[in-house]
Amino acid sequence: MSSTTIPPQFEIVDRPLDTQMTLSMGPQHPSTHGVLRLELVLDGEMVVKATPDIGYLHTGMEKLFEYKKYQQGIVITDRMDYLNPLGNNLAYVMAGEKLLGLEIPERAQTIRVLMCELQRIASHLVWLGTHALDIGAMTVFFYCFREREKILNLIEAASGGRLTPSYFRIGGLMMDLPAGFENRCKQFLDYFPSALDEFHKLLSGNKIFQRRTQGIGRISAEDAIDWGLSGPCLRGSGINLDIRRANPYSGYEKYDFEVPTEPDGDVWARYMVRMREMKESHNISTQALSRLQPGPIKADAPKVVLPDREAMKSHMDALIHHFLIVAEGFDVPAGEVYHPIEASKGELGVYMRSDGGPKPNRVHFRGPSFVNLSALPVMSEGEMVADIVAIIGSLDIVLGEIDR
Amino acid sequence: MTSGPDNIEQQSPEQTPSSEAAPSPLVAALQREHPEWVGEVIVAFGETTIVVPRENIVDACLFLKTSPETRFDFLSDICGVDRGVEEEPRFEVNYHLFSTTKYHRVRLKVVLNEEDTHVPSVTGIWRTANWHERETFDLFGVIFDGHPDLRRILLPDDWQGHALRKDFPLRGYEPYSLK
Repeated sequence: MSSTTIPPQFEIVDRPLDTQMTLSMGPQHPSTHGVLRLELVLDGEMVVKATPDIGYLHTGMEKLFEYKKYQQGIVITDRMDYLNPLGNNLAYVMAGEKLLGLEIPERAQTIRVLMCELQRIASHLVWLGTHALDIGAMTVFFYCFREREKILNLIEAASGGRLTPSYFRIGGLMMDLPAGFENRCKQFLDYFPSALDEFHKLLSGNKIFQRRTQGIGRISAEDAIDWGLSGPCLRGSGINLDIRRANPYSGYEKYDFEVPTEPDGDVWARYMVRMREMKESHNISTQALSRLQPGPIKADAPKVVLPDREAMKSHMDALIHHFLIVAEGFDVPAGEVYHPIEASKGELGVYMRSDGGPKPNRVHFRGPSFVNLSALPVMSEGEMVADIVAIIGSLDIVLGEIDR
Repeated sequence: MTSGPDNIEQQSPEQTPSSEAAPSPLVAALQREHPEWVGEVIVAFGETTIVVPRENIVDACLFLKTSPETRFDFLSDICGVDRGVEEEPRFEVNYHLFSTTKYHRVRLKVVLNEEDTHVPSVTGIWRTANWHERETFDLFGVIFDGHPDLRRILLPDDWQGHALRKDFPLRGYEPYSLK
């Protein structure tokens, strides 16, 4: 028998340890909140370089807008940031209203604010639950989803949809709030502060959670602006900027609320900003609910806004307008607008361009998650692999909005 | 799909050419210091748009960012537009600027011909421009000169064509039709 020789391709090569390793994290990793892939260059457990790879969820929504009439586009917006659909609806319809020059009645504006703030709480609850789950605190997740369910029930009562409400229309609302909504909403708002205290008890004093988040994923205020961060991520770096204050819309200038900021710029700071924001959103919702007065919920623009069912039964012109809006849509004056709002994740801007016809020439969404994620490499370089999960969680990204 | 500048002029009476416009305070500084950078000023729907020649876009951005009157330190968005296959110039790149201290906004616009879709990159001024420019490159085929990493971002690397161009079909393979 000849001595066993190892074929050359299986030979064990004694070479100096190449300490850099490339690790592909995702796209099916549970902590990437969707289908995000990260290309991590690691030195041991330290991240040397992180490169996000996106586009796995690209569905060509911006292309689709160009083939749909203005009112049909609203349902597409629901599917972008699916945790904050009412915010997307609002940005889209307000861009359309800006082009059309519509005045929205007081009641519709108040309902918009109320619903958007409830939605912001719901969005932050999903963030809180999944962020804590990523870090290892499983209990919080169930508590958060229990509360979120109550908000989704309210949204369902108003619009008929839990995740895809499409509640706002260009020119107002789909329909008025149902009977008894105020009471149900008040019940929830009365109860919610105690739930928020519960979340704080579960997490904020938890030593493990603090160590996992404090000092991790730092970004300075200058870098945050340079990278275009917005929303809680920017305020977590100590910059007091909220579009509800800076460029008020929907009557936000009339509400009394605080813009929470934290100076540290780490995961913990972003956590605290969002926790405090939920309190402010609750505060705004309570104010909005107390300001609800009876009145019209649609703008006085019969060529744009669908008439009431009752009017269609007795008025010829209402029936004609209804037919024309549904069959042919409405013409929007040519021009271009950019309308930013403060969504739950940051500046959600809609660029809408019309060439005068019933379909937009171009609709572009500036998704806050898209921009916030682009700053991930700055925050994660030099951190441990396990902290990447905490940092992604603190950015609160939704891939539906990033890939569009 | 006809949305050329002539069309806008007819339908929005607020718009006035730069020579006659009362310069908004945002534009005034730029017009005073570097009039050659201001191609046209459009004020419509409460928003100000400055059309900037392509060669000057980086200088204009840097000026607007650093000038104490404007302080546009935050780049909200860059978005491309295809005005239509038969339009000339065909493409636009819109820069939406915001000031985190003064809270005002402005839109800079660069128009491009179909044959020559090169624009200087503004990644040296705002690093957030990186992904916005990649997206515009991916979907419109606008090439940003000086971009550190100009790859496709939303579509796969081997994708053919640019999806948001008007002659790219929504579905299937049929060519673009004007009907």
